[in-house]
Amino acid sequence: MLSIDTIAVFYKELQAIWDVSLDVNDGEIVALVGPNGAGKTTILRVISGLIQPSAGKISFQGQNISHVPPHKIVELGLSQVPESGKIFTGMSVLENLELGAYVARARKDRSASLARVFEIFPRLAERRNQLAGTLSGGERQMLAIGRALMSEPRLLMLDEPSFGLAPILVEHMFETIRKINQQGLTILLVEQNVQASLELAHRAYLLENGRIVGEGKGKELLSFESVRSAYLA
Amino acid sequence: MFEGLSQNLVFGILVGSLYGLAAMGLSMIFGVTKLLNVAHGELIMFGGYACFWAFSLLDIDPFLTIPLAMLALFLIGAVLYSLIFSRTIKLPDESKVKNSLLVAFGLSVILQNLALRFWTADERGVTPAYYQTSFTALEVRFPLVRLASFAVALIFLIALRLFLKNTYTGKAIRATVQNWEAASLMGIDIHKVYLLSFSIGAALAGVAGTLVVTNYSIQPAMGLGWTMKALIVMVLGGLGSIPGTFIGGLILGVTESATSFFINSNYREVAGLILFVLVLIFRPQGLFGTKES
Ligand SMILES: Nc1ncnc2c1ncn2[C@@H]1O[C@H](COP(=O)(O)OP(=O)(O)OP(=O)(O)O)[C@@H](O)[C@H]1O
Ligand SMILES: [Mg+2]
Repeated sequence: MLSIDTIAVFYKELQAIWDVSLDVNDGEIVALVGPNGAGKTTILRVISGLIQPSAGKISFQGQNISHVPPHKIVELGLSQVPESGKIFTGMSVLENLELGAYVARARKDRSASLARVFEIFPRLAERRNQLAGTLSGGERQMLAIGRALMSEPRLLMLDEPSFGLAPILVEHMFETIRKINQQGLTILLVEQNVQASLELAHRAYLLENGRIVGEGKGKELLSFESVRSAYLA
Repeated sequence: MFEGLSQNLVFGILVGSLYGLAAMGLSMIFGVTKLLNVAHGELIMFGGYACFWAFSLLDIDPFLTIPLAMLALFLIGAVLYSLIFSRTIKLPDESKVKNSLLVAFGLSVILQNLALRFWTADERGVTPAYYQTSFTALEVRFPLVRLASFAVALIFLIALRLFLKNTYTGKAIRATVQNWEAASLMGIDIHKVYLLSFSIGAALAGVAGTLVVTNYSIQPAMGLGWTMKALIVMVLGGLGSIPGTFIGGLILGVTESATSFFINSNYREVAGLILFVLVLIFRPQGLFGTKES
């Protein structure tokens, strides 16, 4: 469904990503894990079209999207929950969700999508008229995910959805991700919570210093000596 | 003394609403794109000429020329943005303000000379049949043209606010202001948002121009003075608040007329500038502005 073929990404002269290739198949949860500064967010930004790769190719459902602008990528069904959510704090919960359904394809189904999001996150329904800036950290993350679901994506990318959440909420968050995947949504998950995301994911990639250094079935990677010593010690 | 003062206050408010409208377009453009279009006064002038020619050649009531002036300036705004300002939009905010200021300054000179070339340096005004009509209430005189202009300014204030608050496009504009990156991840084409916001700001200048030519007069060199007024009002009202901008206009209008009343009308412009400096020193985010957006 999503295929990244040996891309390189630069910030000015500084190279952040070297020869990264990565595939996400229909129906999968794929995890991309790695330490701070490895380049995980950079990869999601390049997929969403927010920055351009200087080499390599990205295709989604057979279409080359390497140089397609971000809003068209969303229209194609590829959405992202960015790092720390980036909800619109000056707007209500409902307005945030409405904006999630901005693209023409999603706009016509927006009341059905809204009902679905409220079913997944009942807390958002209770707070629909509240200013998003007054939500708690966990609620903000729910809103960020709900907002992305409103665009009716075929593939959803999540950048550290568990960041800053209490352990009990992290567990709940991962359970939610599993549930929306079972409803048919393909997922690319960026996480620092290695244990939990490798248990959740069908497959995983390990990123270090801008290069892929490991790849395998989620649970298999967990038993890798290097992964164990680096992340689970 | 008392009647004189209240008459003065009323005139201040009526004029101030025009300042508020003049600043609304500038503030819309700056608020969304961070482009400081100091050619705003020239856009107001073009709106004034649109009204003047439609009134004198086609005999259209000056207030009915508003849609025409809006449309013309909307299109001019779209062309100016696409040809010129879109080139500076990708710069970081600070250099964007500086570069757009320089570019717009050059543009203002060009637009001024175009007007001079096509329409001469003559001062123009429109005088509809009801020009002298006025009402009197509580011994204060309300000229019809000024009252109608106030109503127009108020209508555009409310319309713009409703547009930004309630329409999908308005929400997309607000989302882009808050976080352009998150907005583009919603599928919003932010370059279209910038283009549209610039054009709407120019259209508002067009409306202001029709009121200026109806209440006062216009000529090719008028732009700078109106840009200054709009800038003062924008800073006074504060960014991110359209009603704030309007109220900023009223405050400037009242300050000016109070200065003429108590001191001397020669000092009215100076009073506005003093107010401007005081706000910059003591409340740089403006009287009604928020720091966040
Ligand atoms: N806008 C930028 N300009 C310059 N360098 C950047 C920029 N954004 C990221 N980088 C650099 O690129 C590298 C990868 O950053 P990135 O944010 O992708 O890492 P990450 O894996 O998401 O880290 P984290 O887990 O901390 O979120 C880092 O060295 C970072 O300093
Ligand atoms: Mg990151």
